[in-house]
Amino acid sequence: MTQAEALKEYLLRLADSDMILGQRLCELCGKAPALEEEMALMNVALDLVGQARNWYEYAAELIDDGRDADKLAFRRDAHDYRNLLLTEQPNEDYAVTMGRQFFFDVYHYFTLKSLTESSDERIAGIAAKALKEATYHLRRSSEWVKRLGDGTEESHRRMQEAIDILWRFTGELITPDDTDRVMAEAGIGPDPDQLAKDWRGMVNEVLTQATLTPGAEDAWMYMGGKHGEHTEHLGFILAEMQFLQRAYPDATTW
Amino acid sequence: MYAQLVETGAKRLKTKEEMSPEEREFHEKVDAETKIEPKNWMPEGYRKTLVRQISQHAHSEVVGMLPEGNWVTRAPTLKRKLQLMAKIQDEAGHGLYLYSAMETLGADRDEEIEKLHQGKAKYSSIFNYPTLNWADMGAVGWLVDGAAIVNQVVLQRTSYGPYSRAMIRICKEESFHQRQGYQILLDMMREGTEEQKAMVQDAINRLWWPALMMFGPHDDESPNSQQSMAWKIKRKSNDELRQMFIDQTVPQLEFLGCTAPDPDLKWNEETGHYDFGEINWQEFYDVLKGNGPCNRERIKTRKNAIDEGAWVREAAVAYAEKQKQRAQAA
Repeated sequence: MTQAEALKEYLLRLADSDMILGQRLCELCGKAPALEEEMALMNVALDLVGQARNWYEYAAELIDDGRDADKLAFRRDAHDYRNLLLTEQPNEDYAVTMGRQFFFDVYHYFTLKSLTESSDERIAGIAAKALKEATYHLRRSSEWVKRLGDGTEESHRRMQEAIDILWRFTGELITPDDTDRVMAEAGIGPDPDQLAKDWRGMVNEVLTQATLTPGAEDAWMYMGGKHGEHTEHLGFILAEMQFLQRAYPDATTW
Repeated sequence: MYAQLVETGAKRLKTKEEMSPEEREFHEKVDAETKIEPKNWMPEGYRKTLVRQISQHAHSEVVGMLPEGNWVTRAPTLKRKLQLMAKIQDEAGHGLYLYSAMETLGADRDEEIEKLHQGKAKYSSIFNYPTLNWADMGAVGWLVDGAAIVNQVVLQRTSYGPYSRAMIRICKEESFHQRQGYQILLDMMREGTEEQKAMVQDAINRLWWPALMMFGPHDDESPNSQQSMAWKIKRKSNDELRQMFIDQTVPQLEFLGCTAPDPDLKWNEETGHYDFGEINWQEFYDVLKGNGPCNRERIKTRKNAIDEGAWVREAAVAYAEKQKQRAQAA
């Protein structure tokens, strides 16, 4: 794999994960457990979709086949989507929503932090802005994991269940493949070992404070997302998210 | 906006002689355009009316997120998706801000929300209509936010200080939403396919009358309006506001190249205003009573969100309590 190929692939991964998690949060509009949460969820979703747009725009320039950011977001099918499996998991209850957010935010925060020092200036620039947002996201989701883990008996039970349900999708966040390694070697992407270490460290720290038990480090992990092999959920997410673009392919302006 | 038919408890207006000294002083303040602040004496009817109006307004902001939530997962471009998300976030913020203003009157947010879920509190009837195609996101911004602004611009001068200040802040954001909504429609009409243009006209056909209903019933049928006007909670009559809205909206409609579903709509040279047909009041009262196309779904969604989130809020309280005890023990 050439560095140029890996870069395009890597940008799509960053974009797709942001986009799909943002879409999941959009589904919660009007359904949050409190009005303050309503605002915060939409705020996080807005940040994520905004970041996705930045990554898509850069990816579109490099791919250079006439597709723009919108085409990349709304006209690729599931097998071309490169998001982490974690991000496409359903909202379920608020413990799952927050657990998913927390696992992602830890990964996102350390990834972006490293990307601010990327040898690719465009990436470093996008990451610098995104890191500010992700720092807030992480603080918020960590707090919620602690509240729910160390709140009531019911919330503890639900939060532990959420951790157990989601754990099998977390390995993908910190297990590098060729693309990740090429990016790291080029000084563009984060060092995979460091990312894994940072992720584990912070996840363990917060879960311990939250009186929760993480899954086993050697647990079986599902890892197809980065290569376009998804769970059954993504097809439905895209069917909804891409409805207008598919139903009205001749429409060029909206 | 979003307050229609606010009950004031008044059958007729009191004369000066019938008022207590406190009440007279209150009225002099109101007449002199001095804002009433939370700590000032106010008639109980004034307080209750404001609680009803502001809570209706807050409920409307929150319920109003649902018809947009219906399309935020299906927005056609990244730009439009982000705009709609920002608008929804603003609305949640308006809701919070208005509930706070309401709480300065001694009302409790949870209690008022409970009344909404029991079907005892109103919210704007417009949100009981479905959003059926993407152009509805433009039409809601243009017509619904547009109607709200006409009302709220006047409410910036309302006699109760915290409400007035909330309106000033909210109006700025609503104006932005309205322009964005209009732009959605304009872009589809100018550069869209025939199918897209049909969506725009369809959205207008469905939302035109419900938007006019947002201003409430004719004033001569409402003793509540007169009392609210005397208290300067309300500053202009329902019919005046509706006329203002129509006069400013029809030229925009024509500029779009669309039509209104009202054969009686035409410019009246003599009055300098547009004439328009009679609203279907039976529909209006029915939707208000709970028989609109989406009343049940809207309330059910809101009720489920709060009911199913109870354990989350309880956990937050329990955790905060534990943290407090730990801090004290340390």
